Amino acid sequence: MTEQLLFWVFAILTCGGAVAVVATQNVVRMAFWLVVSLGSVAALFFLLHADFLGAAQLLIYVGGTVVLLVFGVMLTASGHTIKVQASPAEVMLGSGVGLVLLFVLLFGINSVDWADVSARIPAAGDSPAVVDETQDRHLREQLASATTPEEKAAAEEAIQAVHARRQAGRTVRQLGLSFYGLRPDRDLNQPAGQSLAAGYLLPFEIISIHLLVVLIGAAYLARAKRRATSGPGVDL
Amino acid sequence: MGEVGLEAYLFVGAVLFVCGVVCMATKRNGIGVLMGVELVLNGANVNFVAFSRYTPLGLDGQATALFVVVLAAAEAAVALAIALNYYNNHLTIDVDRGNELQG
Repeated sequence: MTEQLLFWVFAILTCGGAVAVVATQNVVRMAFWLVVSLGSVAALFFLLHADFLGAAQLLIYVGGTVVLLVFGVMLTASGHTIKVQASPAEVMLGSGVGLVLLFVLLFGINSVDWADVSARIPAAGDSPAVVDETQDRHLREQLASATTPEEKAAAEEAIQAVHARRQAGRTVRQLGLSFYGLRPDRDLNQPAGQSLAAGYLLPFEIISIHLLVVLIGAAYLARAKRRATSGPGVDL
Repeated sequence: MGEVGLEAYLFVGAVLFVCGVVCMATKRNGIGVLMGVELVLNGANVNFVAFSRYTPLGLDGQATALFVVVLAAAEAAVALAIALNYYNNHLTIDVDRGNELQG
């Protein structure tokens, strides 16, 4: 019940913030609504059991990217440029096309049987399923009332399985290992002889180099050119 | 109020995507266009994470979403540098005035 309520609150905040970004003409207010929308998306990530991703969204997007955009607004805004409006005809055309696109997407999402689709995907070793609290309590009662060693061992094993599933909401260690190329979430408890699941070591290295190139490129693009030729005899 | 499922998150992602596309299409301010790009990428991210929770895809969706977040940050940095250069040359951020760039 709480989860549903939180979902609706943050879904409405996300969609409302996005619509407000489109509807507002002032760039600074657009940045504010973008913060509202992206922050609510981070909350949705937490609701989806993606704790590390939600934190990364807050740190990188809300703390980094939006601040960068606000600096861009401050460096480029001078009086008349802070409000550059599109003509009403363009706004009507754009929102009409947007509405059509929205209806196409909603119709497409509605017409697909997602349970059937996910049933056709080969299951991972431990899919992040919903943890059943009552099952956990039931298993603990079983362990308490167990008399023979066999019963006790079986109950402990079942409890460990439930705890393994509870790790579903804690993704930091699994994500870090997957960036090293290890996939314990897919490779553990699998039949022997099966090939190992693919990790993300190569994409991780590529994106590291990409970030370095981007930083150098951004610094090169944004350098002050007018000062470069001002020195005597210095030709850059 | 029904049970929150995959479809609800996909609807949120669709709304974010459409808002971003409309923002990119109708804003004449260059920074506004960048904000539209961020909205589109976030709509895709919501879809990735929703699929990683509600289907047996597991962690793959979250890893992809992390890459998208990092790429979006890099894209914002470069695009902002370009926007600053554009402003230095044209003394405006109106993207409709950029038609001298051709060739």
